Amino acid sequence: MARMKFLCDADRCIECNACVTACKNEHEVPWGINRRRVVTINDGKPGERSVSMACMHCTDAPCAAVCPVSCFYTTADGVVLHSKDLCIGCGYCFYACPFGAPQYPRVGNFGSRGKMDKCTFCAGGPEADLSQSEYEKYGSNRLAEGKLPLCAEMCSTKSLLAGDGEIIAQIFKERVIKRGYSSGAWGWQTAYKETVAI
Amino acid sequence: MKYLPMRVMLAAWAVCLVAVLCPPGLAQQPSSVNPTAQSVKEQELLKELRKIEGRGSIPDTKSYVIQQPAGRDWRQFHEVTLHWIGGIAILGMLVVLVAFYLVRGMVRLESGRSGRTLVRFNAFERFVHWMTAVCFITLAITGLNITFGKELLLPYIGPQAFTEWSQWAKYAHNYVSFPFTLGVVLIFLTWIAWNFPTPTDVRWMRQGGGIVGHAHPPARRFNAGQKMIYWLVVLIGGTMALSGYILMFPFYETDISQMQTAQMVHAIAGVIFVAIMLAHIYIGTIGMEGAFEAMGSGRVDVNWAREHHSLWLEKQIAKGRIEEPPTPQGKPAPAE
Repeated sequence: MARMKFLCDADRCIECNACVTACKNEHEVPWGINRRRVVTINDGKPGERSVSMACMHCTDAPCAAVCPVSCFYTTADGVVLHSKDLCIGCGYCFYACPFGAPQYPRVGNFGSRGKMDKCTFCAGGPEADLSQSEYEKYGSNRLAEGKLPLCAEMCSTKSLLAGDGEIIAQIFKERVIKRGYSSGAWGWQTAYKETVAI
Repeated sequence: MKYLPMRVMLAAWAVCLVAVLCPPGLAQQPSSVNPTAQSVKEQELLKELRKIEGRGSIPDTKSYVIQQPAGRDWRQFHEVTLHWIGGIAILGMLVVLVAFYLVRGMVRLESGRSGRTLVRFNAFERFVHWMTAVCFITLAITGLNITFGKELLLPYIGPQAFTEWSQWAKYAHNYVSFPFTLGVVLIFLTWIAWNFPTPTDVRWMRQGGGIVGHAHPPARRFNAGQKMIYWLVVLIGGTMALSGYILMFPFYETDISQMQTAQMVHAIAGVIFVAIMLAHIYIGTIGMEGAFEAMGSGRVDVNWAREHHSLWLEKQIAKGRIEEPPTPQGKPAPAE
């Protein structure tokens, strides 16, 4: 079984934000929720780098560990998903997440955040694959259709890679060896407790 | 018009050709280029800053932090440390109380009941106490549910029922906090006059308060133990309210690490508060004969007051606050 991962090659990212737009459109993500975003470090200075970040689908995910109602689960592909039927909107997953991935429909005074929403690796939720209720709660399920996440699939510079961790690590590794430099596999050490050895 | 020599024209043409064919930058660049010489490196940034932040293009400024592994420390606290602190504080207190009850038993009213009573807590005081108490129990159960519910309750009632209950519990926890906070403020204001430490308290403490031994050290309206409970309720209650409202209004004046800190303070103070209140409930019910009626009916027996609050009783007698028991059916007792 594949172990699905994201890898953002920051030396290729041109901050076009197409991954963000693709994600919002593919899943009809409501206003205010950003399952994926692009952040620029050292903006306008020499050595500036942009990174596209979303849920990294961690190994031993912190969100799942701290959830008071245990609404998270990991699929056979290593994708971390959650049940919006069980989520109580306590906000703890956001406190635990190293990547700021969990999003809530509302600000959250008096604990009224609403059900958490986050990147599903385009893999839907606990409902039946490709069902209407799955689409309404979690967005489309491209994995069930045999497709990879749209953000990475349409990335114009192929900066954002999504797929089997071993394969995308290999692609990244070959690139880095060929061009001779890299700013790192962003988030890998934190999410997967390993990095891509070059 | 003067004729330019052919050699000069050729030289000028050659210069132009070089200028066109070679872009100006290329001639100035060194032969070996390292585009990452000044670039940020993920692992270096993490090592130096413990979190990586940049500029984003969406309104949510929290999303400009792309990595903050401190969340894992908070996870360690929430899933491991807090379980130990909570378990030791609450179970430890229960063990101590059970052991104490088995060894010492109920603190008896040694001189028996006199039948004459006096008011210990008026209606307003009892209202404040019980409003705060009911809120506290609600907050304690719903709060403990957030930390321990998934281990102690979820396996028995199933995920759907547990979510229903937890959702309800979360809202109860948030809204009941308001009367609770009011209760703590009213407790603070209502009883502060009797809760400043006095030399009597030192003597009371030295004699074990009459709880550990069988002495009956003199005490005013509140003894040193009650004063401690008073100040703990005021201080821990205040801490709970402050940290709780930070959690209830997230990210207004706080960032994520302050939210984590607020949760840690709230959780640690919470389990300690529960442990302390278990002791308070014990001594107010099965721990001491005649204690509960002080907060129940508001009246205590004169002998109870003499044994536990002798200095207070003297003042009450001086003020003429003692009430004789009603004679049955209004008939005078036989004069035999």
